[in-house]
Amino acid sequence: MEAAAASAAAQRAVPVIGAARRRWGETAIRGLLFVAAMISVLTTTGIVVSLLRETIVFFKSVGLFEYLFGTVWTPTFEPASFGVLPLLVGTFLICGIAMLVAVPLGLAAAIYLSEYARPPVRKTVKPVLELLAGVPTIVFGYFALTYFTPNILKDILGLHIDVFNALAAGIIMGFMIVPTVASISEDAMSAVPQSLREGAFGLGASKLHVSLRIVFPAALSGIVASIVLGVSRAVGETMIVLVAAGQVASLSANPNLPHYTITSFIGAQAKGDIPTGSVEYKTIFALGMTLFLITLVMNLISIRFVRKYRQVYE
Amino acid sequence: MSASWTARAKDLGFRALLLGCVGLCVLLLGLLLVDIVRDGAGQLSFDFLNSFASTNAGQAGVEAALTGTLWLMGICAVFIVPVGVASAIYLEEYADSTKWWNRLIEVNIQNLAAVPSIVYGILGLAFLVRGPLSLGNVVLAGGLTLGLLVLPVVIIAGREAIRAVPPSIREGSLALGATKWQTIWKQVLPASIPGIATGVILALSRAIGETAPLIVVGAATFIAFNPEGLDSQFTALPIQIFDWISRPSNDVNNYKPLAAGGILVLMILLMAMNAVAIWLRNRYERKW
Repeated sequence: MEAAAASAAAQRAVPVIGAARRRWGETAIRGLLFVAAMISVLTTTGIVVSLLRETIVFFKSVGLFEYLFGTVWTPTFEPASFGVLPLLVGTFLICGIAMLVAVPLGLAAAIYLSEYARPPVRKTVKPVLELLAGVPTIVFGYFALTYFTPNILKDILGLHIDVFNALAAGIIMGFMIVPTVASISEDAMSAVPQSLREGAFGLGASKLHVSLRIVFPAALSGIVASIVLGVSRAVGETMIVLVAAGQVASLSANPNLPHYTITSFIGAQAKGDIPTGSVEYKTIFALGMTLFLITLVMNLISIRFVRKYRQVYE
Repeated sequence: MSASWTARAKDLGFRALLLGCVGLCVLLLGLLLVDIVRDGAGQLSFDFLNSFASTNAGQAGVEAALTGTLWLMGICAVFIVPVGVASAIYLEEYADSTKWWNRLIEVNIQNLAAVPSIVYGILGLAFLVRGPLSLGNVVLAGGLTLGLLVLPVVIIAGREAIRAVPPSIREGSLALGATKWQTIWKQVLPASIPGIATGVILALSRAIGETAPLIVVGAATFIAFNPEGLDSQFTALPIQIFDWISRPSNDVNNYKPLAAGGILVLMILLMAMNAVAIWLRNRYERKW
């Protein structure tokens, strides 16, 4: 009897750890913060819902097959034709030119910053390169149209080229994407453990060998991620193409000629006030959906590759 | 030294190649800046800042565009600061990342950061300008569209700033009997304000140059008045620049210098914002 009472008293003496009472204010704040975080999820939902609603209406009047494989894009003329291929050709032609510029320059900058540059040099060169990503794209468009095409491509290189052309838009867009490729690749290269480099140096490898045969392969997943993200940027970029690449939907792959892209067509159509429910209105949403799906797939691939290199070395 | 002569020459060559690539990027940036200053510097004057758009190129200015841009930035800031900071606090301090919905929010934000800006314009057109909210093509719709576009930037920067506050600060506060929210409000947030402010300015400096989403939500190109309220029609600097670039110039009306002048005004605003961000970071950066 007495022992049982004593142990019960001992149990009671153990202090209670934790809140004495439920704090409703704390719970309410947590709820509010969660709602704020959900706004970004709602944004994605909003994008998908708004695109999907009009896209479904669009495909009631235009066959999916006609849209995907049709070779004539004249949605606003009679006879209207909705083949998206010419826009895709323009989009990926300009994107391809941009990547021909952005990949070598971006990777060279990444290797230089991660393997060669001394810290003080790195500290000045890096922000200067990042400036390229901070310049508004309308400014790049102006530069491509009024300086790069006439002064560099025509006068210095002597190309026979239209005022509006895919080449200038693509090259300038490439420079815009350099910081994207460079900064993610450099992150991946810096994450490669120092011991790998030291091992190679110990075996007598030169810096060139270490950079290209040790660091580069070890950082490959990050490099792939940066390139995929760069492609996604190039596909989604509007103003450079809208200003400098002209407005012709054609299947030609000649970079000296003007080309429409998905984004520049949306921009050119949206410039006027388009009535809700009109053909132009629905077309914009169908193209927006196409663009969203292309970039979504690329972004998810890129996020996956980034996660992969983080898992290996961190 | 054991490295052979050719190996060393190759190494030097490679280094020169890398430097050349970096130099090419810097050269292009320099050309761009010089070209714009040369084309536009002659435009910069008090009159240019204080005149409305005009078909007469000699009299045109950026007043409506400049005030429109300032309105957009104000609306954008009022939206992104509370929402962005609250999201960042939730994700860093409360969210249990083993729960699927919290992981969904994270992947979602990463993806949103890379959605093309013109798609945000379409969202704004379908939900804000028309459809559920039906605000019309007014400055509020434009500002909110830009806000949604740069929200991921604020959230990502905010999370980094909050993560940089060491756990010992939180533990000390909790041990003294503060509640979780008191700890966040009185300890964590004040310590992370410089990082958050830098993120907000960087987000605004991205928003200020965005053109494509504003075209889609219907910013007008020819507006000869300043916005008078949230429900006023508007134009903005990048839109005005785009309009001047697309107008065919002739001997009487040359719009090219106007475009370059507008670009200069935009770039000066941008540089001022970035300078503030860098100053904030250097002034208040703190190593724990």
